[in-house]
Amino acid sequence: MKSKTADMVFEGLLRIADDNLILGHRTSEWCGHAPTLEEDLALPNIALDLIGHAQTLYCLACEIDTRYKNEDQLAFLRLEHEYKNLLLVEQENGDFGNTVLRLFYFSTFMKYFWRKVKIKCCFKKLKEFSEKAFLETSYHSKYASQWVVTLGDGTDESNVKMSDAIVNLEPFLGELFNNDDFTEMCSQNDFLPEPNSIFEGWKGEVDTILQKGNLDLPEITLKKRGGRKGEHSEAFGYLLSDLQYMQRAYPNSSW
Amino acid sequence: MAREQNGKIASLEEFQEKINRDEKIEPKDFMPEAYRKTLIRQIGQHAHSEVVGMLPEGNWITRAPTLRRKLSLLAKVQDEAGHGLYLYCAAETLGKSRMEMTQELLSGKAKYSSIFNYPTPTWADIGAIGWLVDGAAIMNQIPLCRCSYGPYARAMIRICKEESFHQRQGYEIMLTLAKGTKAQKEMAQRALNRWWWPSVMMFGPSDADSPNTENSVKWKIKRYTNDELRQKFVDAIVPQAEKIGLVVPDKDLKWDKKRNNGKGGYAYGEINWDEFWRVVKGNGPMNNERIAAKQKAWNEGSWVRAAADAHALKKQTALQAAE
Repeated sequence: MKSKTADMVFEGLLRIADDNLILGHRTSEWCGHAPTLEEDLALPNIALDLIGHAQTLYCLACEIDTRYKNEDQLAFLRLEHEYKNLLLVEQENGDFGNTVLRLFYFSTFMKYFWRKVKIKCCFKKLKEFSEKAFLETSYHSKYASQWVVTLGDGTDESNVKMSDAIVNLEPFLGELFNNDDFTEMCSQNDFLPEPNSIFEGWKGEVDTILQKGNLDLPEITLKKRGGRKGEHSEAFGYLLSDLQYMQRAYPNSSW
Repeated sequence: MAREQNGKIASLEEFQEKINRDEKIEPKDFMPEAYRKTLIRQIGQHAHSEVVGMLPEGNWITRAPTLRRKLSLLAKVQDEAGHGLYLYCAAETLGKSRMEMTQELLSGKAKYSSIFNYPTPTWADIGAIGWLVDGAAIMNQIPLCRCSYGPYARAMIRICKEESFHQRQGYEIMLTLAKGTKAQKEMAQRALNRWWWPSVMMFGPSDADSPNTENSVKWKIKRYTNDELRQKFVDAIVPQAEKIGLVVPDKDLKWDKKRNNGKGGYAYGEINWDEFWRVVKGNGPMNNERIAAKQKAWNEGSWVRAAADAHALKKQTALQAAE
């Protein structure tokens, strides 16, 4: 692969991998603390898929940039500003409603994203992987949408909590659909779809689900951004200190 | 004593004969109340142990050292939630609801395996739990696959398959640490030191002090006594520890050719039963924290469960109105 293309593929893979790793990390924090035993089973299961996606994508990235010897070096040993995930996925979980609403937003986005990659992607290995990723994110989106409807429609209290979650997460949604020079290059090279090309499909689906839960999606504007450039929120530092603890405390060890 | 059940006269003698013929007892079959109570208690405790057991291990998911280890641990803890679900369902076939059992766990009335009241301060504890705790659990559980109560026996078949996978995974974590750097090997040895005696205690009091054993053996709920299972565990684990260069923390451990009816086995030191009873009675290192974590999750989830009930009711009402 030519070096300019290689840089593009590496950065593109890293963005998606980091989103999945960090949301997987947050989702896994629920393990043992969920509202029902069924959710104690479902949330780690989803975390397993998300972190599994990250693992595959980091492995592909290591094949592109051989300075990284394995997926763990990428997952555990970068500095804060080298992670390129969205601010949305690194925010603390909040309550169960906030957690499932974020999962719904993100997995619905990824469902459309992978569907587009399945149709068109110049990087064959990613195109192959998108088949599985599409099926799994479709399931995550369905799971989360059922909870959004249930909690929105359930009781007055749960509707208020979901409305609060919508307000809480809204500032982070703009970044999800934000095109930049890099995403334009990826699109021009038939590597990855542009984020804003996903907005229409996403919004249609999200509106339908929120309406079923007597909830409204506010207008989305670009309020908070920075994750794609490695500018993260305070909460992210604590997340990394958990994630990286073992690799930092016991360097150069096999596990 | 006889009573009518499903149009047939059922008696204790017939019940016992059925068990003696190795036939399974099913939910709607006649069973003595004491049999039902014993099973509800045992299956309920087993389910609670799976659920509480998610906490000490779940504690390390966000800090697991590699992606591969993180994924295996997530899968393992998820299996435990699944085991909890099967087991609550098996107990429900005996007439006690999951809600009642959950309330008993949260109020501290119901017991769960004391082993989960010990802390997991290091990554090596995850290896030690898999190797020793799941290892001890398998010793207890494999005979339960042939237990006289059908739903429990069937649930145990699947659970045992998954548990033996967990045990191999745990041993492999310990093997990797033992082969690793000096710091890793020390971490592994310290974890073995912490988990050895609590694991040996997992089989419960000595036979002489185990009031439930006699009936359970007669009813084929239990096929080996606590001490028999403990011996099997020690005999299996000691060579595994030697193989990876870790030392079992028992100075009295030695080969005794008289054990196991002359086939030989390991003699082991005296168990600190004071510690065992102290932890069973609620004064172990993590008893309060484990229950507090489950209570917190339950209380914080109450609005979610209430919403799910309300939503289901609205859907049902709408459906009825449409008919």
